[in-house]
Amino acid sequence: MDAQGFFFQAFVYLTAAVLSVPIARRLGLGSVLGYLIAGAAIGPAALGLVGSEGQDVLHFAEFGVVMMLFLIGLELEPEQLWRLRGVLLGMGGLQVLGTAAVLAGGAAGALGLGWKPALAVGLVLSLSSTAIVLQSLREKGLLRSDAGERAFGVLLFQDIAVIPMLVVLPLLATLVPAAAVLAHGAADGWVAELTGWDRAGATLAAIAAIVLAGRFAMRPFFRFLARSGVREVFTAGALLLVVGIALLMHSVGLSPALGTFLGGVVLAGSEYRHQLESDIEPFKGLLLVLFFIAVGASLDFRLVAAEARAIAGLVLALLAIKFAVLFALGRAWRMGLDQNLLFSLALAQGGEFGFVLFSFAAQNGVLDPDTANRLVAVVALSMAGTPFLLLLHERLLQPRLGTRGRPARAPDAIDEQNPVILAGFGAFGSIVGRFLVANGVATTVLDVDSDHVDLLRRLGIRAYYGDASREELLRAAGAERARLLIVATGSADGTIAVIRTARKHFPGLAVYARARSRLEGYDLFEAGAHRVYRGQLDTSLRTGVDALRALGFPAHPAHRAAQAFRRLDERAWLELAAVRKDPNVFQTRARESIRVLEELLRGEFHEREERDDSAGDSGSLRAEYGKPGEP
Amino acid sequence: MSAQPRQRVLVLFAHPSLHRSRVQRRLARAAQAVDGISFHDLYEAYPDFDVDVAREQELLVAHDLYVLQHPFYWYSVPALVKQWIDLVLAHGWAYGRNGTALVGKRLLCALSAGGSEAAYCDEGDNRYTVRQLLAPIEQTMQLCGMEFLPPFVVHGTHGLDTAQIDSAADEYARVLAALRDDRLDLEAARRLPRLNADLDALGLA
Repeated sequence: MDAQGFFFQAFVYLTAAVLSVPIARRLGLGSVLGYLIAGAAIGPAALGLVGSEGQDVLHFAEFGVVMMLFLIGLELEPEQLWRLRGVLLGMGGLQVLGTAAVLAGGAAGALGLGWKPALAVGLVLSLSSTAIVLQSLREKGLLRSDAGERAFGVLLFQDIAVIPMLVVLPLLATLVPAAAVLAHGAADGWVAELTGWDRAGATLAAIAAIVLAGRFAMRPFFRFLARSGVREVFTAGALLLVVGIALLMHSVGLSPALGTFLGGVVLAGSEYRHQLESDIEPFKGLLLVLFFIAVGASLDFRLVAAEARAIAGLVLALLAIKFAVLFALGRAWRMGLDQNLLFSLALAQGGEFGFVLFSFAAQNGVLDPDTANRLVAVVALSMAGTPFLLLLHERLLQPRLGTRGRPARAPDAIDEQNPVILAGFGAFGSIVGRFLVANGVATTVLDVDSDHVDLLRRLGIRAYYGDASREELLRAAGAERARLLIVATGSADGTIAVIRTARKHFPGLAVYARARSRLEGYDLFEAGAHRVYRGQLDTSLRTGVDALRALGFPAHPAHRAAQAFRRLDERAWLELAAVRKDPNVFQTRARESIRVLEELLRGEFHEREERDDSAGDSGSLRAEYGKPGEP
Repeated sequence: MSAQPRQRVLVLFAHPSLHRSRVQRRLARAAQAVDGISFHDLYEAYPDFDVDVAREQELLVAHDLYVLQHPFYWYSVPALVKQWIDLVLAHGWAYGRNGTALVGKRLLCALSAGGSEAAYCDEGDNRYTVRQLLAPIEQTMQLCGMEFLPPFVVHGTHGLDTAQIDSAADEYARVLAALRDDRLDLEAARRLPRLNADLDALGLA
């Protein structure tokens, strides 16, 4: 491609992204769908601005997925990975095997394939799209949810599973190989000539190299780069690391994404973690954008149009089967209904590895090119459909299911009834609870995190596992006789649900709730909380007081200033609650109230000083009594 | 500190907004400049009134003579001093059958008052002398087995010019130094309505 052509391509892709994504987000569709639509629009099927090179762009842009996994690895300490091991091997393994088996059966029946090609199809289609799933979940803030963590574990296993698939696929050949070209992700070069144990040895050596280099060589390397003081060199070093790992993995036939993920995990504990993150992030972002657009552009609408009915049927069948297998696994792992739905819908599509593996299968004579093309279209359509499925879950299913994170284990039996019930025993709740207990107030502690409850019990703190937004649980905790419910749960939605339940079923119970922001606090009041405490208010003011003192302010006036600030800020906050539903009025009033607060404080501080000093040397006193000889 | 002080003097200073004070700030600065005495700023130590009782009692035990320095608010002490008295002078420690920790200690009040000395008498607006108005403090110290010295009072603060304030601060510093060296004529002092009424009589000319 000449320079002119390159710039034109860049212009087209960037324009598509810039135009489509804000619109898609405005419509609540999420950016991934925006990119896919943009891709389809500029692709050969619609405007035809990009042509067949879309496939090349796709392969190039897959590097964005590699970078994404490096970044995910950076955020994941090895202990967290270890915690995911059950999901990774159990759910991931069964997902790939189970889905592959069912899909292979389906493929044999519906497409009339022999068992070998049918098995190949099943294996390839069992993979899901790391890029689409993780990007969508991250955008919705669901990566840390139960469903998000499990989806991540399964995707990670799939990335590992690609390696044996590349080994197995050629063995399933029934046709004469079209060409002896090895596709992306497959082993080439010297490793391809090795066999059996040697190859396994090379693989292990590569992994060991990444771990050892990450542990011992990378920190001196980055320290050396950082000392140069040239920012770009560090960025180049970070890119070099990712590209290097990808090349190494590629050369031994491992998934580059898996390798960089591993590299990321090894470097997660290093002091350069944040620097690496911020350096790689923009590249990853752009490449992922490119990737999603390329997926959209590669949709072969002519093929789809020609066989609309068949392809639509295949897409639906693929989604349905994958969903069913995933959902069954979710049940077996005792996921809550709504988390399970999210988990199963999120992973129901085919993955980007499908593009690679299907062409690899065609080249190796496992599938005929027509079938492979059709399946690639099915995978692409299922990927494009995923954001819609997630939207469906968010808009239609989730609201009907009520609370999030329904307990996987049955709530504990509660054998005490106390005047205070404390829902949530995290950083905030634990302080409230310890304070109450220290003052001899018996408190019933509820928490929705079963691991956390187990930990508390090991520490000798009596806590009960259960979702306090459920009436039965509150009743069991003695809500009918208790005086006070303190809600210090993790999520805003969870807190609101607890408050609603308590107010609806236990009108005599006073409800105090913690809010993490001003706006969340309004929601809690609206849900019926009697008192709402903004989580950071007092700490912030204490920090402010210490800052004043460090700058030479006397201690007591600084303390009084904080008291005045809190009083005024609290008043302004409550006054704004009345108008918050009207965004225009709210903004005007919010600005106004900040101004008033500042003025009041300035005035208040002055006035208060005068008052404080009233027996001493204040201005008004001196004005009145200051003439010598007066009393 | 030059030599071991004959009397261990502790200034307990209380002013809720010192940065706006004229007289007390200068008195405090003068006290801090006196070698060999301890200066303890209560509002700085306990801005939220959370008095550390054990620490305060240790301080009292470690000194012989206490100077309670503060502006005269509503004929009494600033709020934190009352809090301090209520918490620190505990039953069984400062008073009561076993409360003997402070027996034999001495207390001097060092005050600044807006009204002139003429306003603080039978015929004046304030109807009582400062010494009379300090009766609750005096009796508190009496109950603790302590001696209450006549107060050091800076009167008419609103009308003082800088030179007058400086001279009051200088007198205060000399009184503190004399107390430290145990060379203040206590016999003479006990006869005065306020300690700084006649420094010559105390041997501090």
